[in-house]
Amino acid sequence: MEQEVNDNSNLIDDVTGGEYKYGFTSDIDTDVIGRGLNEDVIRLISAKKGEPEWLLDYRLNAYRYWLTLTPPKWAHLNIPDIDFQDIIYYAAPKPKEGPKSLDEVDPELLKTFDRLGIPLEEQKQLSGMAVDAVMDSVSVKTTHRAKLAELGIVFCSFSEAVREHPELVKRYLGKVVSYKDNFYAALNSAVFSDGSFVYIPKGVRCPMELSTYFRINASGTGQFERTLIVADDDAYVSYLEGCTAPMRDENQLHAAIVEIIVENRAEVKYSTVQNWWAGDAQGRGGVYNFVTKRGLCRGVDSKLSWTQVETGSAITWKYPSCVLAGEGARGEFYSVAVTRHYQQADTGTKMIHLAPNTTSTIVSKGISAGHSENSYRGLVKVAPNATGCRNYTQCDSLLLGSHCGAHTFPYVDVMNDTAIVEHEATTSKISEDQLFYCNQRGIPTEEAVGLIVNGYAKEVMNKLPMEFAVEAQKLLSITLEGSVG
Amino acid sequence: MMGALNQYLELFDNSRHDIDNGSAGAMNRLRHDARAALEGRRLPDTGDEGFEKTSIEAMFAPDLGLNINRVALPCDIASAFKCGVPNVSSLLAIMVNDTFVPSATLLNNLPDGITVMSLARAAAERPEEIDRHYGTAASLDAPGTALNTMLAQDGIYIHVDRGIKLDRPLQLVNLTSTPVPMLIPRRVLIVLEEGASLSVLTCDHTMKDSASAVSSQVIEILAGPGSSLNVCDIEESAPDQSRYSQTYVTMHDGADVSIGGMTLHCGTTRNEYSVDIRGQHCQCHLGGMAIGSGKQHIDNSSDVIHSAPHSDSRQLFKYVLDDEAHGAFEGSIVVTPDAPYTQAYQSDRNILASANARMHTKPQLLIYNDEVKCSHGATTGQLDEQALFYMQTRGIPRQQARMMLMQAFMAEVIDTVRVDAVRDRLRYLVERRLAGFDASCNDCSTCHTQQ
Repeated sequence: MEQEVNDNSNLIDDVTGGEYKYGFTSDIDTDVIGRGLNEDVIRLISAKKGEPEWLLDYRLNAYRYWLTLTPPKWAHLNIPDIDFQDIIYYAAPKPKEGPKSLDEVDPELLKTFDRLGIPLEEQKQLSGMAVDAVMDSVSVKTTHRAKLAELGIVFCSFSEAVREHPELVKRYLGKVVSYKDNFYAALNSAVFSDGSFVYIPKGVRCPMELSTYFRINASGTGQFERTLIVADDDAYVSYLEGCTAPMRDENQLHAAIVEIIVENRAEVKYSTVQNWWAGDAQGRGGVYNFVTKRGLCRGVDSKLSWTQVETGSAITWKYPSCVLAGEGARGEFYSVAVTRHYQQADTGTKMIHLAPNTTSTIVSKGISAGHSENSYRGLVKVAPNATGCRNYTQCDSLLLGSHCGAHTFPYVDVMNDTAIVEHEATTSKISEDQLFYCNQRGIPTEEAVGLIVNGYAKEVMNKLPMEFAVEAQKLLSITLEGSVG
Repeated sequence: MMGALNQYLELFDNSRHDIDNGSAGAMNRLRHDARAALEGRRLPDTGDEGFEKTSIEAMFAPDLGLNINRVALPCDIASAFKCGVPNVSSLLAIMVNDTFVPSATLLNNLPDGITVMSLARAAAERPEEIDRHYGTAASLDAPGTALNTMLAQDGIYIHVDRGIKLDRPLQLVNLTSTPVPMLIPRRVLIVLEEGASLSVLTCDHTMKDSASAVSSQVIEILAGPGSSLNVCDIEESAPDQSRYSQTYVTMHDGADVSIGGMTLHCGTTRNEYSVDIRGQHCQCHLGGMAIGSGKQHIDNSSDVIHSAPHSDSRQLFKYVLDDEAHGAFEGSIVVTPDAPYTQAYQSDRNILASANARMHTKPQLLIYNDEVKCSHGATTGQLDEQALFYMQTRGIPRQQARMMLMQAFMAEVIDTVRVDAVRDRLRYLVERRLAGFDASCNDCSTCHTQQ
């Protein structure tokens, strides 16, 4: 116990000030297309990336469909009007004759990654992670490739996958999130710049955690990455996504798509730590995070688990979902969402039970402080033919301060009489009793709050892979710094 | 893009004079505001948030008649009706369609300080009272309420003077009896002055040979400081009937309001409860039960707003759905920044008893204050197999065991009814309902039979 208290106090000491630690801009030449969006811009993006005809058609279809849509307004969010013609849709670090070794990679860039703490070099080899770092839309460097290739695992940037595994990309692209899905999915499908592609072949258990760090860099650029993960029969992979962005004054739009396909008896674990710039204490600036994430568990006994720690972004609109289409499939969603200052988050999940004996668990922990608004919005749906389904949902909200809001909007649709669906939600502030107890034992209030919040979020934190859990815990403390009292 | 609403707007514009003639005072004044509020609006449809499963647009789309000219109905209907509650001499007030029918027992037995009368008459005879209260709780922003306000010509006005407590329940009976498909706009205004206390039992019945009808009902309840109100609303209508009922409650310091909506037989029903807790130390209980079979459609929606400190609210809704019945529940608790020390709880429990029954649930919390304790829970499942098995091993036939479990499941809602006689009555009705009998009384053959 004492050890734990010390750890936590170190943790808070570690991050005094509570300012955005990753707020710097690195000076790298970027290759930028002018502001605005039209068919020519899309053709240009496609041409720059040397894409085949079918992909260009896919983009153009998505763009034409996007033109018919209006931004969704149903979320419990106050989103200022976004001028979609005032965004740069493509920014790529200038290629320097194709870096063949680490020495050839722009040292500025390596420094940026170093400051982010990404173990891109030896440390990373030791830590056993393969990192596909996405910086302003184009994958710069991918490591551990050879080792993964031995097992037949494909882990590369999206554009590379288009070049080298077109049949795989063509087979799976847009199969889970169609470009007709929603406004931001259509936009992403039209202009996506890059992202990651993972394919785990039959029967292969990926020996390491796959990880991508995203980082928005050039000023005024939106980032539209696209991730596609396919786990074939009996495969297993754990995928980590972490986000940090430099401090900026103007809002930046981020509209990503993550698609996951899980085949028979395969398992995918997708973990996210999201810490984009949330705007300053007055609510100026910050990233708009409008993301569509969905997994299709189409195999028998397949399993998909989403774990997310959301501390950043001025506005978050994100619902990682599971479509449970294979018999006995399982979906899990564990989330901690922290908002402070003037942040707004409307996040949750969808569990769509289409096949018999599918099960799902949702654990969502919201923490709101300052003037922020934090909403959980989730859907649990059981289709008429899905017999014997089971869902358990728990969403708790913690309020720190009297100006913030915590909301819960669960949708439960049951169309089968053998399903058991449970939903529970509570909202309260930190108990005075617990605080008093800590104070009594000589723990100052702020530290006590840190302790209690970490304990509150532990159920979710425990689901994160080791490497992430530490960072996530730090983030949680940084975020709550100064918001108590 | 006005759809079903258009026909009523046209009707109103063409018959404004006749409608006014059939009513009086504040009711007429407000209907013009309502007309203005409906300009350019449409009735909610399944595409609208909060109405996912019930289309009000579709409910009001048929070509329905309105009794604008106040054609008198055969007066023996009310006298033939005998839905008395055993063991309690309740006071009976009857609405036949949208017209208040005064009964002799009511007029002779009403204690001093309590008014139960036609709303239209009250608007004419006590204008200052009705002006002060009518339309103050209901919101014209809701298209259904605005439509009701625009068309309603009569209803019931209940007023309980300061400190007066009615010792027995008041029974309001809504009878539907129409030879042609009709829209029945009905209005109820209940005003409780400081410290007043009242129990109300309302029930909806459909006469045997009645054509289909859509009832649009707006109930306004103004609960003064320290007042106490207990409403048990039992719907026993017929499969071809539709009901859109909106209840608005305003609560002041120390008020204690308990409302239970029990849907036993219906066609398509949508009940909305909006409770505005403006006072401190209020207690609000909202309860609901729905037993659905056949193709019945039952949708309850609640919206409890806490805008003052130290008040408590509890909500409990339970559904048992069989055959192809559809159920929906949408409840929300809103705690404003001005309402610290609020305790608000909401619970929704549902049982699906057949493969084609459907349940949609959306319990919501919107909390803008940190000094609160709020929670909600929702479950949808089926009867406990183990309990059924246990009962069968003890020699209880499966069918009976199922009924016993359902009865026990509903007991929690029944227990929220505070008047003993009404509670016993409800328990009896639920038992009969679950056994598959129609819920009408043994000694009365006037109601629509279900079998």
